[in-house]
Parts: sequence; C-alpha cells; structure tokens
Amino acid sequence: MHIGNARSSYQADEVMWKRPAHKGAMLLIILSLLILPFWVGPYHLMLMSQLGIFVIAIAGLNILTGYTGLISLGQGAFMGIGAYTTAVLATGYGFPPWATFPLSIIMTALIGIGFGLPSLRVRGLYLTIATLAANVIIVFAIRKLEWLTNGDRGINIEPAILFGFSIESELEKYFVIAPLALLFVLFSQNLFRTKIGRAFIAIREQDYSAEIMGISLIRYKLTAFAIGSAYAGAAGSLWAYFFTALTPNQFNLSQSILFLAALIIGGMGTTLGPLFGAVFVILVPETLRAIAGLITPYYPLALQATAPITEIIYGLLIIGFLIFEPMGLSAIWARIWRYIDRWPFTR
Amino acid sequence: MNELLYIVEDSLTGLLTGGIYALMAVGMVLVFKATRVVNFAHGTIMMVGTYFFFSFSLLVQQLGLSFWVSVPLALLSTGLLGMFLERVLMRPLLGQSVFSMIMVTVALISVLEGLTILIWTSDAQYPPGLFPLQISFIWEAAVNMQLFWGFVIGLSLFVLISIVLFLTRIGVALRATASDQATAYSMGINVPGVFGMTWMVAAMTGCLAGILLAPLNSLTPSLGHLGLSVLAVIILGGLDSLLGTLIAALLIGWLEAMTGHFLGGDYREVMPYIVVLLIIVIRPYGLFGSKEVERI
Repeated sequence: MHIGNARSSYQADEVMWKRPAHKGAMLLIILSLLILPFWVGPYHLMLMSQLGIFVIAIAGLNILTGYTGLISLGQGAFMGIGAYTTAVLATGYGFPPWATFPLSIIMTALIGIGFGLPSLRVRGLYLTIATLAANVIIVFAIRKLEWLTNGDRGINIEPAILFGFSIESELEKYFVIAPLALLFVLFSQNLFRTKIGRAFIAIREQDYSAEIMGISLIRYKLTAFAIGSAYAGAAGSLWAYFFTALTPNQFNLSQSILFLAALIIGGMGTTLGPLFGAVFVILVPETLRAIAGLITPYYPLALQATAPITEIIYGLLIIGFLIFEPMGLSAIWARIWRYIDRWPFTR
Repeated sequence: MNELLYIVEDSLTGLLTGGIYALMAVGMVLVFKATRVVNFAHGTIMMVGTYFFFSFSLLVQQLGLSFWVSVPLALLSTGLLGMFLERVLMRPLLGQSVFSMIMVTVALISVLEGLTILIWTSDAQYPPGLFPLQISFIWEAAVNMQLFWGFVIGLSLFVLISIVLFLTRIGVALRATASDQATAYSMGINVPGVFGMTWMVAAMTGCLAGILLAPLNSLTPSLGHLGLSVLAVIILGGLDSLLGTLIAALLIGWLEAMTGHFLGGDYREVMPYIVVLLIIVIRPYGLFGSKEVERI
C-alpha cells in the first residue's frame, strides 16, 4: 500500500498538474478527442458519445460515494429524472436545449437533496438501502405519472437545435457531448482543491471528526447529494437527446448497479476512476458481442448468451476488484506512474 | 357486507404470505447477526434454489420416484451453494469495510442471475406445488391451501430456528459470535465455522421459501427481486431481532395485500420500499432492533 506523500505545503497539494507529464497527457487526450471522431465509423462514434454520458454520471457518483463516502444505489434513477425533465420540457412545452439542460440539472439536484435527507441520520448499510428504495420509488413515480411522462409507452423527443443547427448525426452529437464530459470531469477535479471538496473528504474519512473540526454535516452531506445528482441530471439530459426514445425501464436499479460497478472497477475517489470504469463497462459487452459474432457460425445461439454473460462478467469484475484491487484500475495506473517516476530505485 | 368480506379475505391472504416472508427474512437476519452483512443476494440464492428444486423434480419424475425426494435434494444443494459462496467470496473480505461486503453481495445478484438465465433461460417455468391447489373456507373467507400450508411451514421453521438459537450449543456459539467476534474466538468458538453454517442455513430456508412461493405464480429469474422487498421486513423488524422480523413480516404481508386491495396491484410492489424509506428516516433501528452505539 502507498501511504503518505512528499508534499509540504497546501500549494503543493493543490496543484492541478501533479507532474509535467500530466499536462502533456491532457493535451494529448484533447487532441485525440478532436481527431479521433473523423476516422472512426458512426457506430464507434455512438459508443464514444455514450461513454461521455456515462463518464458524467459516474463522475457524479464518484463525488458522492468515492469522495464523500455516501454509498448511493440511486444514480440511475437520478439520471432518469434529468432525462425525463428534459424530455417533458422539450416535447410538451417546446423548451430549447440551452434551457432544458440547466433546468434538468437544477431539478435533479433538488430531488437529490430530498432523497439525501436520510443520509443525515444513517450511514453505510442503511443509506445503501435507502437509496435503493429511492431508485425503485422514482422509477415507479415516472411510470405512474402517465399524463406527464406517457408511462411505460415512453417519450420520443425531437433532435436538439443549438444555434440554428439541428444536432442529429452521430458526429454532431459527439461534439456536443465530449466537451461537456471533459468540462464536468475537470470541474470535479477542481472541486477537491476547494474548501467544499476538502470537507467532503474529511466527512468520508470520519464524519464525527469532521464535525468536531467545524464542518457542518447537514450542509456538506446535502451539498454532496446536490452535486452528485446534478451530474446525474446533466447526464440524463444528454441521454434524452442522445437516445431520443425514453422508457422508465432504462433507469431501473440495474443501471445504478452498473454505475457503482464502473466506479469500483475504475477506482473510487480518483479523477480518472470514472473514465476508466466507463470505458470498461462499455467495452465488455462490445467485446463479447464481437466474440459472439465470430462464433455464431459454429454455435448459432451465441448472440443470445451475450446478455447474461455480460451480467456475469460485470459481477465477477466487481467481486474480483473488491477482493484483489479495492482501489480499482486507477491504483494500477498510479503504480505505473510511480514506477516511471522513481525508476530505477523502485520496483 | 361483501366489501368487508373481500377485505377480510385479502387480509388473510396477506398475513399468510407474511409467514413465507418471515421464512425468507430469517435467513437474512441470521447472516446479519453472525457476520454483520446484509446479504442483498439472498433472494437470488432463493431463486437459484427453486430452480434446483425444479430440475430435481424433473429428474426424480424420470426416475419414477415421488417428487418429495427432490425437496431434500434441492435443500442440500442450495445449502452447499450457500457455504461455498461464504467460503470463496465473504471469507477473504473478513475485516474489510462493510461497503466491500455489501457490494460483493450486490455483484453476486448479477452473477447468479446471469448463470440462471444461461442454464435455465429466462422463460417462466412451473415447478410442482408441494400441496394440491385447492380453496378452503375459514368461516366465509376463501383461503388458498397452498398458501396456508406455506404459512404453517414457514412459521414452524421460524419457531424451530428460534429454539435452536436460544437453547442449543450451536445457537449459543452464533449469539456469542454476534455479540463479539474476538471474544468468541478466544473462548474457543469456531467463528468461521459459525459463518459457514449460518450461510448454509440461510440458503436452505431461502430455498424452502422459494419452493413454497413458486407454485403461486411461476418461476422466472426475477423471483430473486423479491429478496430486495424483504429488505423492508428486516429493516422494519430491526435487523437483528427475530421476534421483530416475524411481526414485521406479517405486517408487511398484510400491508401489501391492503395496498393491492385499495390501490391496485402496481402499488403493491412499491409499497415495501416506501415503508423502508420511512423507517430509515424515522426509526433506523426498526421496531425491535438494538440501537447501535457507535464508539469513536
């Protein structure tokens, strides 16, 4: 285990780029995000947009669960609130995207605060169950408010129109989603250089100690829920414009479990964790589908088996990471960097 | 008058279902008492056990034996599955954070459900009922006899487990482990053995509950989701109190029936979760649970 660090001042702890190489890596990522879409096909572009949406939702869960220590099994339903707010405002009342996006975020944050109230009394196990119950109740409410949400029949929404352009093709969608995803990730990275973020970490480590040091638990726990849900709301709003057809089932408990799984696989409480996790959970079913496509000629039922096998692999990945690498892929990533940093003095 | 009769009938059905819920919940409570882990996958293990029963009943039929033979076979194999899961998944996490343990049981839901779909497909199956499908009348209220016998079995097993817990050496070992692991170890109690045994008993009682429940509707991989609504039972009962669990199970069964009666079947499913949220906000330690004292 890696304990402690060599930083001796707050300035050193708060620097945005811990290594010069990070800055270079960041530039490289932005550059590839700009170039890549022009030489991959529409299918891979679609996957990349989906990745962007997942990254936002998981980054929100990371703020709540990874940094503040409040376990949530409700992120999928919060995303549903964002998606439905956008869909209802856009189709029912003709709101433009630049209005639905922030309104969805605000709506989800408010409902998130409401369902965050139990976190003031309970922690750990009880909070997990409370958020699980919240997920079921929210999805049920979406199904039952038929006059508003069209129930199980779902809503179809028109493509977004931004600055006179209709955002329809995969490429256009990508260039809306990718910068937003990057922005949200950078915001979460920056959050933990501020007073609020530090308060979150203190609460995660030991909430009583945090309270004794003068951190208002009520304020910061609810803030964490608000920010985490706001991220889900943003992801949901993009989801609505991206998938265009919404049904309540898209946001049920398994979606929330998937997000938490991605966070565990990627690494909780790290900036890159959500990114690694999202890449992983999107790649697993794709790889399996590719393999199934290869063996279908010999075994015609292969394609049918991919869905349950995907589920099994997700489960096994969570279990494996929890037992063998609880800090996820970003711990492996950090180890590689440490090795490069200290070479040749360390193994 | 007729309306009143329907309410009485539904109440009876609800209470009887509550008896089966108690049987499902007792496994979760035992595991929680011993290991401080709420097993989110309990319902899923129950579902797998019911599939075991279904397969064994087909096998036994082919061999020309009575289908009663398949009950002990299913119980045994589910018990072994429970022990295996404890040994392979939970034991390495001993002493780790509660979060890891909870998440492992959540992950177990996906693994077991996926395996079930691979083996038995997700089509509905119809395992044989242990008791003939017939309606009897208590005064004037119609009662499904399958449900009635399920209630009787559930309740008697519940009482049996309580007796074992309070009057035998094994029960004392379990209660000692529950109250203080380190001390239990130093007094010579085989703590890992206790863990394995509770998981086995939990899986077996769950399997039995599944066998009793399955003929009432049908058997699909989503039967496991019932385990999540039983969370309402154990939270309301107070997590570590057996008496509380029994009362909570009957209460939740009755409440479900009443919501079904007055608001319709859809609301039935969501009612336990609303109860759970309310209890957690108002009284997190449930009706009869011990208030957790946190030491800093």
